[in-house]
Amino acid sequence: MDLFEYQARDMFEAHGVPVLAGAIATTPEQARAAAEKIGAGSGGVTVVKAQVKVGGRGKAGGVKVTKSPDEAEKAAAGILGMDIKGHTVGTVMIAQGARIAEEYYFSILLDRANRSYLSMCSKEGGVEIEQLAVERPEALARIVIDPNTGVDDAKAKEIADAAGFDEADKPALIEAFKALWTVYRDEDATLVEVNPLVKTEDGEIIALDGKVTLDANADFRHADHEALEDTAAADPLEAAAKAKGLNYVKLDGSVGIIGNGAGLVMSTLDVVAYAGEELSGSEGGFVAKPANFLDIGGGASAEVMANGLQIILGDEQVKSVFVNVFGGITSCDAVANGIVGALDALGDEATKPLVVRLDGNNVEEGRRILAERAHPLVTIEATMDGAARRAAELAAAAN
Amino acid sequence: MAIFLNADSKVIVQGMTGSEGMKHTQRMLKSGTAIVGGVNPRKAGTTVEFEDAVSVPVYGTVEEAIKATGANVSVIFVPAAFTKSAVVEAIDAEIPLAVVITEGVAVKDSAEFYAYATDKGTTRIVGPNCPGLITPGVSNAGIIPATIAGSGRVGLVSKSGTLTYQMMYELRDFGFSTAVGIGGDPIIGTTHIDCLEAFQNDPDTDAIVMIGEIGGDAEERAAAYIKEHVTKPVVGYVAGFTAPEGKTMGHAGAIVSGSSGTAQAKKEALEAAGVKVGKTPSATAELMREIMQGLSAG
Repeated sequence: MDLFEYQARDMFEAHGVPVLAGAIATTPEQARAAAEKIGAGSGGVTVVKAQVKVGGRGKAGGVKVTKSPDEAEKAAAGILGMDIKGHTVGTVMIAQGARIAEEYYFSILLDRANRSYLSMCSKEGGVEIEQLAVERPEALARIVIDPNTGVDDAKAKEIADAAGFDEADKPALIEAFKALWTVYRDEDATLVEVNPLVKTEDGEIIALDGKVTLDANADFRHADHEALEDTAAADPLEAAAKAKGLNYVKLDGSVGIIGNGAGLVMSTLDVVAYAGEELSGSEGGFVAKPANFLDIGGGASAEVMANGLQIILGDEQVKSVFVNVFGGITSCDAVANGIVGALDALGDEATKPLVVRLDGNNVEEGRRILAERAHPLVTIEATMDGAARRAAELAAAAN
Repeated sequence: MAIFLNADSKVIVQGMTGSEGMKHTQRMLKSGTAIVGGVNPRKAGTTVEFEDAVSVPVYGTVEEAIKATGANVSVIFVPAAFTKSAVVEAIDAEIPLAVVITEGVAVKDSAEFYAYATDKGTTRIVGPNCPGLITPGVSNAGIIPATIAGSGRVGLVSKSGTLTYQMMYELRDFGFSTAVGIGGDPIIGTTHIDCLEAFQNDPDTDAIVMIGEIGGDAEERAAAYIKEHVTKPVVGYVAGFTAPEGKTMGHAGAIVSGSSGTAQAKKEALEAAGVKVGKTPSATAELMREIMQGLSAG
């Protein structure tokens, strides 16, 4: 889960990372009130910042420096509701103004390649760091962090040395790096990024903008993380699926997909997309594309199958459904019973054709159950590729 | 011979007495695995009865289990919140192979136990969030159904459980030396490269199927390794061409971020290393079929 900037700011503050005062607002009036309070400490100067989980908001006009509560209110009125790369701004943060002398970059992230953590740091922050990494890799220090020892005094100094900071600035930077490590470790983050990390004209080190990604698998030890979720932005079908404990991602096609196991479902999406391409007669053609990702898991039960089917049949964009199950641990008869049970429960509401491909554990019994029920909407196909073609044809025909 | 798991493998199960542990211990026993013990400090000294009058003793710790039985493999089924301490216990006891089946393990926990295992240097970890590995007809450490395919000379390494099963099913007439499900988490103990190296050195393996998916750059690095070190034929499959950027596709590690981790890049890297890459699982199996038929004709 990616956090909003203001959530990252709050988290930084809680772990002793130096940040500026900030408050959020969802209306121009709230922004004005916040600016009155926060601007008091900085001669009335505040920065109104769009809260969106996408880069490039500054260029898009989503960040405005304001000199009075009046200006802050006006700026917020302009920014709230703005569309930034497909993200509608619903919240702004009013942050204290700062006199910036220098901008740096600092991050700690999961390094999959080395199966470890990596800290990246540069004296040249405030820019597109990917660009810096490509154009002037020597300007970006990369220091491996051992997960079990983390960023202690010695490691923080190593980072500061490698990035080439001035001796005078190092003590404050080292403290900031250590505090940012505690955010990473104690909050189960997979990314903590500060860009820019600034030195003010007074020589203070401050994390001006932060990006934090949290590991959902660690939620069991962070009861407070649930509240950080942006439920307003969630797709309603994704939210409904999540409430039922289903692993579902909404896509924009018309072939509903249900399968077991993440790899098999991803593969199913691809095979359906290829079938749609073939049908349209051109590469990248789109007479039929997958409508969703839905993994009912390695040990899928009849109930889970029924829940999954209900979500997918509730998607108006879906014209046909492809159920692709390889019974490893899952038994195909349970899957078949789930399909039959869901269709019977839906009754007349079920109007979309289902193509089913079953293989593996107890497949004969599974196919027998489906054949015996002989539901008019259900077609059984012998292979995954054949079933994908059939489902794509049915979706294309319904357009 | 096979890789990592063979006739000398003596397997203990951490979390055997839980419901998943019981179910899969029974299945492992049925497929001929030498299960020599379970570990549960609260049930130490008892035994658990399985079908066909098999009774398996329960030990208080991994160390005790190793001392009593000579176990050299542990399969771990404990819940995600307790997985790290179970793996650390196995590492401390210097078990040569720890297979972590549990899904949903926090990535910090995986990073910490992997770093610990690397420092100690005595335990290979497979997983977490994986189906384990099987040397058909010989030993089965995990949850891969033993009935899909028998023994043969194809080696299989895969990030995905069900695609492992699918591929074993497609190539069941050839059979497998060993099939390894390495898992799709961001941090895993055994990689494609580890398995490629082992298969290359395994006299019982003639050709290798490698299944990857979006996220990270493990497939690209495997491609570079193949180019340098693997002389046996390799066919590949990559899942997730249609996955949108920024969405996690089921596996915690299966995510395209920006231009990194795409299926297209992985496919191109593999093909540049001389690996034939199938468009679908069936097409991939077909490529391997041609290779195996060519090998037996030659």
